[in-house]
Amino acid sequence: MLGKLSWSDIPFDVPILVGTFAGAAIAGLAVFGLITYYGKWGYLWKEWLTSVDHKRLGVMYIVLALVALFRGFADAIMMRSQLALAYAGNPGYLPPHHYDQIFSAHGTIMIFFMAMAFMTGLWNVIVPLQIGARDVAFPFLNSLSFWMTTVSFVLINISLFIGEFSQCGWLAYPPLSESQFSPGVGVDYYIWAVQLSGVGTLLTAVNFFTTIVKMRAPGMTFMKMPVFTWTVLCSAVLVMVAFPILTVALGLLGLDRYLGMHFFTNDGGGNQMLYLSLIWAWGHPEVYILVLPAFGAFSEVTQTFSRKPLFGYNTMVYATCSIMVLSLIVWAHHFFTMGAGPNVNAFFGIMTMVIAIPTGVKIFNWLFTMYKGRVEYHAIMYWVVGFMITFSIGGMTGVMLAIPAADFVLHNSLFVIAHFHNVIIGGVYFGYVAAMNFWFPKAFGFKLNEAWGKRAFWFWFVGFYFAFMPLYVLGFMGMTRRMNHYDNPDWYPWMLVAAFGATLIACGVVCQLTQLYVSIRDRNLAENRDLTGDPWNARTLEWSTSSPPPFYNFAVVPTVHDLDAFAHDKEAGIDTRAAGSDYQAIHMPKNTSAGFFIGMFSLVLGFAAIWYIWWLAALGLIGVIATVIARSSDNDIDYYVPVSEVARIENEHTRNLMAAQAAE
Amino acid sequence: MKKKILPRLSNLLCLSSAFLLAGCDWDTLNPKGVIGIQEKSLILTATYAMLLVVVPVIVLTLLFAWQYRQSNTNAEYLPKWSHSNKIEVVIWVVPSLIILFLAVLTYQTCISLDPYRPLDEEANVKPIHVDVVALDWKWLFVYPDEGIATVNQIAFPVNTPVEFRITSDSVMNSFFIPQLGSMVYAMAGMQTQIHLSANEVGNYAGESANFSGRGFSDMRFRALAMSNDDYAAWVQKVKASSEQLDSSNYPKLAAPSEANPVEYFSHAEPGLFDGIVAKYNNGMVMDKSTGKMLHVQSAMSDMNMKE
Repeated sequence: MLGKLSWSDIPFDVPILVGTFAGAAIAGLAVFGLITYYGKWGYLWKEWLTSVDHKRLGVMYIVLALVALFRGFADAIMMRSQLALAYAGNPGYLPPHHYDQIFSAHGTIMIFFMAMAFMTGLWNVIVPLQIGARDVAFPFLNSLSFWMTTVSFVLINISLFIGEFSQCGWLAYPPLSESQFSPGVGVDYYIWAVQLSGVGTLLTAVNFFTTIVKMRAPGMTFMKMPVFTWTVLCSAVLVMVAFPILTVALGLLGLDRYLGMHFFTNDGGGNQMLYLSLIWAWGHPEVYILVLPAFGAFSEVTQTFSRKPLFGYNTMVYATCSIMVLSLIVWAHHFFTMGAGPNVNAFFGIMTMVIAIPTGVKIFNWLFTMYKGRVEYHAIMYWVVGFMITFSIGGMTGVMLAIPAADFVLHNSLFVIAHFHNVIIGGVYFGYVAAMNFWFPKAFGFKLNEAWGKRAFWFWFVGFYFAFMPLYVLGFMGMTRRMNHYDNPDWYPWMLVAAFGATLIACGVVCQLTQLYVSIRDRNLAENRDLTGDPWNARTLEWSTSSPPPFYNFAVVPTVHDLDAFAHDKEAGIDTRAAGSDYQAIHMPKNTSAGFFIGMFSLVLGFAAIWYIWWLAALGLIGVIATVIARSSDNDIDYYVPVSEVARIENEHTRNLMAAQAAE
Repeated sequence: MKKKILPRLSNLLCLSSAFLLAGCDWDTLNPKGVIGIQEKSLILTATYAMLLVVVPVIVLTLLFAWQYRQSNTNAEYLPKWSHSNKIEVVIWVVPSLIILFLAVLTYQTCISLDPYRPLDEEANVKPIHVDVVALDWKWLFVYPDEGIATVNQIAFPVNTPVEFRITSDSVMNSFFIPQLGSMVYAMAGMQTQIHLSANEVGNYAGESANFSGRGFSDMRFRALAMSNDDYAAWVQKVKASSEQLDSSNYPKLAAPSEANPVEYFSHAEPGLFDGIVAKYNNGMVMDKSTGKMLHVQSAMSDMNMKE
């Protein structure tokens, strides 16, 4: 009746997990209680959970990403403290069974649920506004994508308290991840969580690709498109190319595990290297999927705060596109040491280095954007400068790893860990945080606190160097990744330094949470409110509407005359906002709960399949199909916003604008 | 502006080279074998080449970030300036040249440091053959020429090339002696190769460089580089062991164990290694010299009992 599931699968004997569960339960109950106390369930359901508004979905994605950051970071702290203890015979406090789950979960959560969710959130909040569109091309699909991502994150967290998570690393290399060596449910949790979230990611990419190609404001040709939108376009193309490969790779692994097939097993004609090839054919584009939008965000931020246009826009676009293409032909650099011939290794090594050229060009572009500018140092700009320094180092170590003969001694060592945290924290994360600080007033109508933002930056920046520079050294010392304990006395002091660095980063995370708290508390102070919709004197269209924007984004769809449309309009004295009273009724999608229910049924399907509870899995699948059919036969999915309503909202905004101008 | 930058640049270069030289007691930067020595110099050359662009970028970032701060109203401000063909040519060409240099270096070293390529010394010195099998969680070493086998310890004479053939009888691992140089994967049903040698007597750490499960952290071995006489004595010591390794007691050895002690076997059944490869391969094994698949007639090939 319950498949593999029994009471012994609940880890009552692991105090850390029982404590975590108690903490999560108390926090959950507190949130539940508060919502009930303030009677906000109806509001939450109608305005947020069933919303198809890209701005709201974007905010929910970023909230999800911050929760995932918290979870993934807790894993990181446990790993660093384990390795600061587990030296010279001391086993530390995390036995391999537990420790191996932690590093697997850390990687999986940070990539799929922190970075990907954060990125998708930023796409959602920014892109439609930036291209002058009223929503994405497929609003319901957007809501569905969000719920698929959310339920996968829920699923991965269920593994904490029911059963176990994968112990095979974040990419679950076979044959270790095959049922012969990993008979438990851990790998199945991994497969189902990643597969379900992959559905969401792929649909998002299709959605945004369509939106950017088809829904740009009149006059916005491709070469007048803001750089952030360009990077999202390239990133979406990469998702559409790469994620199906991931789905196939994990699908085949699933067939091996569930139906006893032999794609990647040791025997029966299976080949583990086929899996490595497939997973990295997704995995390498994935890092560019993540970093391209961060590059876009840096471009927007740098030009805005340097008070001049981006240097070399065309070059930037070409560099982005060439990175997009090149990233698809470098994947074998993740397994130079499999014994491929020198020609294969040389090809993939050289292709990898070639990516350094357009990437280097981008850095120079940001550099020359600051050059002869008037750089304003908000907390946002700190992240940019920190990024340029940190990312240059990460790029350099990346090229070192791209040389096969150098990789032969550095592969799988802590040097690799240091390198990719160097680019993912220094590039992706710094970029997303800068973006969040930059576009926050657009989404909420008030600015984030500067002082706490700067403190967060300094802790993250200094903490990063303390946490990861020792890992470069340890890599040179021959320390491999994923070790649970060691007895080499030369490694020990460096592990202590790394643990200290992780503590500094923890302070950075605390500062970020404080920043959010303080900013929300002080949101009504005059210096924090954004009444104009353009708090940074920025250059692109999203700043031409109010903050937060009305749900239809633009009362009158703007016409674009130049790159940096809003900067052009401001200079030319064109006020798209004061279009007068000739508003028209606006066609908008209705909210729907279909995405929520498809997500929930998918959660049931995934959970049941993990535990071999087949009747429940069937119910989940039927639920998904039934909801899709019901949604497809529903014709009542859109409506028109009446002119009077548009006029009311716009007049209110005009009053705000005039008040702001009077205050100046 | 150039006058200001250059001294700072050279200062930083010295600092970074000091940083790298200080690393000389770090294993892979303190190599004791021909392969490792070449890899160290490759890493340093590549790093210096890249520092040529990375250091200026970092210096310029700090310089521009300071020079063009909002409060410095003395600095020139060009609110419209966003394009310069000269600069664009430079920023595309300089990185391209460095990458061109590195690409040539990469191609050359891919060939010269190919783990499958016999070392140059092999023309003069007869190599030692060692067959390596990754097990859960220990390393089995078979010396086919001597007919002996060991667990978690190898020995070989200094300045003598060692030819390793590597496979796995479990999950994937990676065979790695950091101070001697390159690693290569150990994969079931496949055999990889690597050629290494040590030019100094020493006791070097060896490890698995690919996560392989619960006992991975203790899956370590020692590589002893010895004088010829000491090596001969070591072989005699192994041959004096009362333990023997054949298809009847191999499964016991192959069963999962953690932090396995060093073991010696005075006799190892011939064909053991080929049998382990072949059992995942329908009884076939690739002949190294011809590249053809051969059928292995070994007791090991029907030894598929480890499940």
